[in-house]
Amino acid sequence: MKLKGRRVVGGTAEGELVVSQKPLSFLGGVDPETGVVTDAESDIRGQNISGKVLAFPRGKGSTVGSYVIYALKKNGKAPKAIIVGEAETIVATGAIIAEIPMVDGIDVSKLKNGATVRVNGDSGEVEVLNSGE
Amino acid sequence: MYLTKEEELILAGEYGYALQKAMEILVALGEIYGADRLIPIKSAQVAGVSYKNIGDAGMEFLRDFVDAGARVSVYTTLNPAGIGDDEFMEKQGRVLGLYRSMGIEATSTCTPYYGANLPKFGDHLAWSESSAVSFANSIIGARTNREGGPSSLAAAIVGKTPNYGLHLDESRRATVIVDVGAEVRTFVDYAALGYHVGKTLGNDVPYFINLKPQKTEFLKEMGAAMAASGSVALYHVEGETPEYRNAIDDRIERITVEDSDIKAVREAFRDDWSGIDMILIGCPHASLSEVKEIAELLRMRGRPLRIPLFITASRAVKALADSLGYTEVIERYNGRIIVDACFVVSPLKGWYKGIATNSGKSAFYFRSFGFSVRLDDAENLIMESP
Repeated sequence: MKLKGRRVVGGTAEGELVVSQKPLSFLGGVDPETGVVTDAESDIRGQNISGKVLAFPRGKGSTVGSYVIYALKKNGKAPKAIIVGEAETIVATGAIIAEIPMVDGIDVSKLKNGATVRVNGDSGEVEVLNSGE
Repeated sequence: MYLTKEEELILAGEYGYALQKAMEILVALGEIYGADRLIPIKSAQVAGVSYKNIGDAGMEFLRDFVDAGARVSVYTTLNPAGIGDDEFMEKQGRVLGLYRSMGIEATSTCTPYYGANLPKFGDHLAWSESSAVSFANSIIGARTNREGGPSSLAAAIVGKTPNYGLHLDESRRATVIVDVGAEVRTFVDYAALGYHVGKTLGNDVPYFINLKPQKTEFLKEMGAAMAASGSVALYHVEGETPEYRNAIDDRIERITVEDSDIKAVREAFRDDWSGIDMILIGCPHASLSEVKEIAELLRMRGRPLRIPLFITASRAVKALADSLGYTEVIERYNGRIIVDACFVVSPLKGWYKGIATNSGKSAFYFRSFGFSVRLDDAENLIMESP
């Protein structure tokens, strides 16, 4: 299955999906030291996003969240790629400064935890390689 | 989004890594929000200053950005800094130093317009602090979106911002009429009005009718509260603010504010003096006339306050207060003027447990941090305080 979104940050990556159906706050919501989601309102609380392809509807919370994404990258705990339904300032800026491929305009309710996907940040395409079930 | 030849070159990295990253941020935001092009800005006001907020993550980014040669290309000032223990202050000092090495004026205030950075009508800006954004848009008629830390820094470096949102005429029109049926006279009445309207409306552009503010400070306070309890970045006041004439073009929704609404806000923040251990004036940072008023009230009170009074203000206002003798009076009565800092972004928990303030914005934040809060006009606070 191929989903067509829009380029936010270029580059390609392939990996296992961690999918949230809720908006995600990075400041106070993701531990920059470990990559573990700590956001109390998140449906992926306790999961580790490090080395995964992270998909969620959109960012929320403080704009300082961009710096948390940068710190994840510096600590080697960043997701390989980011997929969102709707890009906004916090996550887009974070992905740019951390140089993480990112696409938006993807209906994340169609994505399943554990599936393997290939993200092409240049073309905005997400290809589901195996469903993971 | 259309980019000029030079902007394309910056984006391609011809002018170095820092400018390239800054341009990537602006272009991405422009694409996300449907901007047609970048427009030059006159000044920037950058958030992401308090070490409490940005932490080691932000500091690391700033250090890398400085090492990559990041320099601002327009006049830029900073958001207020935090205050804390020695370790905190050491890190806070390093954050300010990093911004200074980018060429930013390290004056940290939510009221840059009382000193270093006064825009004029129609100027395009990239400002961050929500009350400053409200003041610049509404009272001055300059144009800025409410920028985040990294986006305001990117705009400061490139000297441009994507042309969308409040930079455009059509986004500056009122979306709702607020008919003020309540009696609104004092500073805290305006704070309560702003608090109530912000909470009711979210991110609308309100158009106030039947409102006659005696002082600009009243509007400053109302705007700050509206941007805290909601996310109002622009409002108009009929007969008062510079763009009200063109703000309404068709039939829009109307809400009415009654005396009971103002009273409800005041009563929500009436914690007893027994739980209060500091008084906070100056959120947003106090003007010289507000500082003068406090000095006069303290003289009338005639005996020192038993709990400390903190007045937060910009360096510019404090310098004037020093030379005019107000600072000395304030200190004689157990008050202090704190410059270029903000209690809302400081790690205050454990130091204080309750604040008395005339600020609707501070009332909103300190209640959410679990403090006792007493909201009242400065006159009552100074006269009634233990």
